[in-house]
Amino acid sequence: MTLPRPSQSATLKLTYRGGEGMLAWAFHRIAGVAIWAFILLHVIDIWLSQVNAQLYDDVLQVYASPPGRVGEMLLGAALLYHALNGLRIIVMDFWPALTRFHKQFWIASWVVFVVVGLPVAYDILKPIWGG
Amino acid sequence: MSVYTRVGRARPSGADRVELAAWYLMRLTGLGLFVLALSHFLITHVLYDPANQTAEWIATHRWANDLWRYVDGTLLVLVVFHSFVGVRTVLQDYIGGRLRIVLVILLAIGGVVLAGLGLWAVASAAAPPP
Repeated sequence: MTLPRPSQSATLKLTYRGGEGMLAWAFHRIAGVAIWAFILLHVIDIWLSQVNAQLYDDVLQVYASPPGRVGEMLLGAALLYHALNGLRIIVMDFWPALTRFHKQFWIASWVVFVVVGLPVAYDILKPIWGG
Repeated sequence: MSVYTRVGRARPSGADRVELAAWYLMRLTGLGLFVLALSHFLITHVLYDPANQTAEWIATHRWANDLWRYVDGTLLVLVVFHSFVGVRTVLQDYIGGRLRIVLVILLAIGGVVLAGLGLWAVASAAAPPP
């Protein structure tokens, strides 16, 4: 397979507007920004645990409430997807030859996502119905 | 030379050493976070439940052992670096001109302040009475 070597701007365009990789990229970015927003909240709440323990415990009860648990599950899903897809990116960035298997990696990452994610989601959500 | 793959952001040419370092550091911290962030989530949401991890529990259990303070401190530094540099990439994709410069500076200050708050909490949390 011989591709003409793209210029820097053409490379960015292909990277960012590529076919099947587009979805992986969009999910990666949305999950990443969502995790960043949670990190802001989470580091501040851990800081609170040292300066205002009562307020920290109150925040914790929000996390443990039913809507909080749904949020936790979504956070876990974002984290797991971002981690798996990130690993996929790293593997192909450092071993470009493996890029020919990018579709298989994409499918494999979703298999792991479901197999690992479903039991974890169940465990996080079960207190909602008293499990 | 930029490497062409369909997946990651193209590796910057070596001309801009800061961008090249950022490219490598995003991947290096990403690998660290794959282990530390996922295990942190597993510990705090599956092995334990948020309902039970009160401020007192943190003092008497989680951070009673200094080793866990180092683990959490490392996780904190990696995640603040990775997430803030990641958001900088997003800003660079959608915002240009002077606004971009202002936002990236604010972001950098925010990241340093946040890491400082977190590290202070990890380091200064009272040890449980013997």
